[in-house]
Amino acid sequence: MAGLMAGFGNFTHAVVRAIPESLAKEALRMNKFDVDLSKAQREHELYVEVLKNKLGLEVVELPADESLPDCVFVEDAAVVCGDTALITRPGAESRRKETEAMKKALSDLNLNIVEMTDESASLDGGDVLFTGREFFVGLSKRTNQRGAEILADAFKDYAVSTVPVLEGLHLKSFCSMGGPGLIVIGSSEHAQKALKIMQQMSDHRYDKLTVPDDIAANCVYMNLPSKGHVLLHCTPEEFPESAKVFEKLKDHMLIPVSNMEKVKVDGALTCCSVLINKKTNV
Amino acid sequence: MTTEVGSETEVKKEPEKAEQPPATATAPAPQEEPVSEAKPEAEPAAEPAAEPAAAEASAATDTPASEEQQTSESEQAKAEEKTDKKEKDKEGGGKGISRFLPPWLKRSKSQSQVGPKENAPKEGSVEAVKEEEEKEKDKKEDEAAEESKVDGEQPVQASTADQSQEQKEEVAEEAPPAEEAKADNKEEEKHSIGSADTQPAKEEKGEDSQEKDTEDAKPENGVEEGEEAKKEDEPTDKADTSILSPLRLTKKIKMVMCQVTMLDGSQFPCEVEKRAKGQYLFFKVCETLNLLEKDYFGLSFKDNTDQTCWLDPLKEMKRQIRNAPWNFSFNVKFYPPDPSQLTEDITRYLLCLQLRQDIASGRLPCSFVTHALLGSYTLQAELGDHDPDEHRTDYTSDFQFAPSQTREMEEKVVELHKSHRGMTPAQADTQFLENAKKLSMFGVDLHHAKDSEGVDIMLGVCANGLLIYKDRLRINRFAWPKILKISYKRSNFYIKIRPGETEQFESTVGFKLPNHRAAKRLWKVCVENHTFFRLMTPEQPTKAKFLTLGSKFRYSGRTQAQTRQASSLIDRPAPYFQRTSSKRISRSLDGAPVINVISDGSGPEGGKENGRDPALELSSDSKSADDKQKSQAVAAATAAQPVVEIEETVIVEEVRKTPKPAAASEVPEVQAMPSQEPQEAAKVAVEEKKPAREASISSDSESEEEAEYHPQITSVSVEQIKEEPEEEQEEAELNKQEPTPEPEPIAVAESEIAPAPVTVHPVVKDGTPNAKEEAQPVVEMVDDGIVEEEMMLTPDEAPNGYSASDVQGLGSLEEEEQEPRMNGDASHVETEHLPQVICCSEPPVVKTEMVTISDTFAAQKSEIATKEVPIVHTETKTITYEAAQLDGSGDGEPGVLMTAQTITSESLCTTTTTHITKTLKGGLSETRIEKRIVITGDSDIDHDQALAQAIKEAKEQHPDMSVTRVVVHKETELAEDED
Repeated sequence: MAGLMAGFGNFTHAVVRAIPESLAKEALRMNKFDVDLSKAQREHELYVEVLKNKLGLEVVELPADESLPDCVFVEDAAVVCGDTALITRPGAESRRKETEAMKKALSDLNLNIVEMTDESASLDGGDVLFTGREFFVGLSKRTNQRGAEILADAFKDYAVSTVPVLEGLHLKSFCSMGGPGLIVIGSSEHAQKALKIMQQMSDHRYDKLTVPDDIAANCVYMNLPSKGHVLLHCTPEEFPESAKVFEKLKDHMLIPVSNMEKVKVDGALTCCSVLINKKTNV
Repeated sequence: MTTEVGSETEVKKEPEKAEQPPATATAPAPQEEPVSEAKPEAEPAAEPAAEPAAAEASAATDTPASEEQQTSESEQAKAEEKTDKKEKDKEGGGKGISRFLPPWLKRSKSQSQVGPKENAPKEGSVEAVKEEEEKEKDKKEDEAAEESKVDGEQPVQASTADQSQEQKEEVAEEAPPAEEAKADNKEEEKHSIGSADTQPAKEEKGEDSQEKDTEDAKPENGVEEGEEAKKEDEPTDKADTSILSPLRLTKKIKMVMCQVTMLDGSQFPCEVEKRAKGQYLFFKVCETLNLLEKDYFGLSFKDNTDQTCWLDPLKEMKRQIRNAPWNFSFNVKFYPPDPSQLTEDITRYLLCLQLRQDIASGRLPCSFVTHALLGSYTLQAELGDHDPDEHRTDYTSDFQFAPSQTREMEEKVVELHKSHRGMTPAQADTQFLENAKKLSMFGVDLHHAKDSEGVDIMLGVCANGLLIYKDRLRINRFAWPKILKISYKRSNFYIKIRPGETEQFESTVGFKLPNHRAAKRLWKVCVENHTFFRLMTPEQPTKAKFLTLGSKFRYSGRTQAQTRQASSLIDRPAPYFQRTSSKRISRSLDGAPVINVISDGSGPEGGKENGRDPALELSSDSKSADDKQKSQAVAAATAAQPVVEIEETVIVEEVRKTPKPAAASEVPEVQAMPSQEPQEAAKVAVEEKKPAREASISSDSESEEEAEYHPQITSVSVEQIKEEPEEEQEEAELNKQEPTPEPEPIAVAESEIAPAPVTVHPVVKDGTPNAKEEAQPVVEMVDDGIVEEEMMLTPDEAPNGYSASDVQGLGSLEEEEQEPRMNGDASHVETEHLPQVICCSEPPVVKTEMVTISDTFAAQKSEIATKEVPIVHTETKTITYEAAQLDGSGDGEPGVLMTAQTITSESLCTTTTTHITKTLKGGLSETRIEKRIVITGDSDIDHDQALAQAIKEAKEQHPDMSVTRVVVHKETELAEDED
């Protein structure tokens, strides 16, 4: 009998979305980089391939929408925990409609849908770090207090703490979960500061894995039945030093996944999927 | 009544004994005849000597005096019991001081009532005063009658004693003990005074008879006294009042029916003595529940603002609930973070019931799925396996799984219930708890507040520390180790934060609570939670450590560590208890005796203690926790209390100014501390000036409550203890404009005028309520009025997080609270006596309190911890009440000394020094009478009574004078029953 908050990292399904051609030119980005669309698409296909074939998840692939250049980053459109899915209200105007397809997909998966209808609220899934025991919500350019409150309302079982995101796009632009109770954190000042805040705010103890590169700290952790701890992380080509750090995780099945192109539009590994556990507790 | 009394006394005996012995010792001395005889002998000798001597001298006295001595006579025994009760009551109501304080001190509250009463003849006045007091305190008329009776008796005694000043002194001394003496005196004194006879009879007969007797006695007394000089009468009256209070106590056997709402929703009616402390009822409830792991639980009640408050086990219930109905509810006070570590299923079951309440009420938010899951475990525990035949569609409707329960949810619950097949009720409860404990708001006690910018936030107190919420979001968190100090002042709540790695300085975060009481409530909860979850052992009871300013509040129960240890010793077959739907009553049906914990005798004691003796409880708890040492400690604790010697000095200073009020120079106070082991000395200096000078007193108005708690956990608790008390003192001093470095010196500091012998009416007070107990009443007063409370607890946490820490500041709070009360309430007695003066003009009173704690044995404290041997600490407390002097000439302009008189009288336990000075200042003659009364004994002294008595005497003796200054100096050796 799976109890409350059991099985962190257990996933059965993943929702992904294809890259529209508009991404190369129109996708939002903090820095001016030219994106090689085909490279990015290949990169994404590889990513989906890993989820589907290597890890055996049931992957729901949503079609790209050319009017939504950022739609590949599905993470921002929904936060799923247990069998509840919070459909967000993305902080960027241009991304608001991304939630429609996501909502339908998650409904089809029989998740309890909670929508963020408050027009004063904004929240990007990229600002939501779920540790298995609690939520941290980054207050960033894309996410505000009200959005965090609605998230707290949607997931009443969990503590929801807010963390100011002073630099970077999202909270998870410099951190993520690397395992149960393991926070992977970038080494930048603001990243470390955010970690301290999270540690102070939490009743739980977390181990930390510090990687030299902030963006490399974004990785995808799963705990899968036949594979144990699985970690999708940056490739040595992108961040050699950070990759070495990940390689120290002996208990994990380490899967380097390239994210070279998507990162140019501020996309990280976690951004490209919404992971779901349909065998959730209860 | 008699029967009731007997039963109660028996119940109480054990707890009382510890305290009583001291009280009894002092008590015997007071008796008139015996006293006079005994005096020569007793005076030199300390308390111990006094007891036996007194006993021998007067047969009546002796029995009560020493518990050890067997009371062969049933009457005597009864009397003792009564006295015990009285003492207990005193303890409970010890704060009564305020009652006795001069009207000008209190003024605001009861003038209207006082006025009419005052008009009544002196004898009547006393009664009236008492009545008023009672009214305020909700005392019953019967009690008043009793008191009045007492008065009558006392006057009689006084009359006899009046002949010689010494005798008078004796009388005064007797007065406090009088209660005991009365009982004892029955036979002896009967002949001398009718009233005396009545008294004993009263005691035996019961309240009703007592009332009648008192009435009778009054006239008699009046007749006798009438011939004698008024002065004499006055003193006698005063003595009576002192006596009266004890009598009241005795008679307060009044029972009250409490309604306790149990966790299953049932009502548990329980009859308790009106004066009973919270723990009495709590133990009763636990007994009924067959609950051993009771430290996680508590009783709560709704105050008059509908706020839920925890019932302090060590304080009288009556004083906590005030005017609220005697309705309580049994709740989980400390949510064990890991319920699986609880020893007994019944404890887990009760925790489940609490959590179901929390969930249903919305206090513990859950997701839909969690509601359903927890609900399904509830069904499994209550109903067993799902039975398709029996469990039709609606079988879930009797349960509330969520604040708002939908059909969908119930279906989910049923679906999950079916999956629990084969799970025992205990297993289902365990599963329930294992899931519930993960909820983020599990065990979080939320309090509304505003941050420094006025934004609404919530402060959540939990096992780990303090959580700050804005709406549903956690915006900050302060773990206990991060918190250096917790304090509140007025409606502000502060936490001082340990500097972070990169920070150099501590920071203080302030929050605004809705009101002062909310701030105090939050502070208390923090103190308790910190102590319970972070410390190995609770801080020592404040009373033992120091008489200090401010609230002595601190967590008095076992810590989680202790209770776990105690639980590990539980050796009984799992008690049978019936799980019922939350609407039905569940009680253990097996009727197994509650007490099976080997080392923990608390179960049986609970009933007997009747909540009287906190120390005992602690001790018992400690036993369970620490085994041998604890048991020793317990024994020591029980023994220690009786051993405590108390010195109390009452100084009454009366100033009479004929023409105009000229500033009266302060009279030097003489300190006689005869007692070998002076533990408490209370000096009351009362200066009486003409009423004309007196200005209205704003007794309560300015004070505010504040308290501090330093959660510093240190492996060696001793050090902190020392330091903090000092800090408190300092703070107290700062707060009180006139800090006196040392109590006695302070008194001395007052300028001495030529002493002239005058009639002195020494006041003796017997069993004094423990500081804590006294403090309690005060607290109430404080709340009403304006009082300053400062409390400090410094929890320093050892790296590992668990280590013994001492709370210093807590102790101080009580004291402060008392002060306010004194200012505000105390005056009743005087008011009655001197209605005219009092009513018309109330002199502004400046109250100064100094507390000095000399911890001679500080070095030994560590030993205590290990050996658990009660250690004697000397506490010194000085409280000065001063009426503002209208003409600033007083001290500066000595005037011409006309006469000076010094009279010193000593009795077994009391030394009274009276200075009478007459001076001419600018054509005005001023008479100043200063009385210093030193009471020495190893019994608890009721400071309130002593003070009241002294004031009353002064007023009565010199109706045309006003009390300008009251100094109470206590020096107490406290036996510490630390674990």
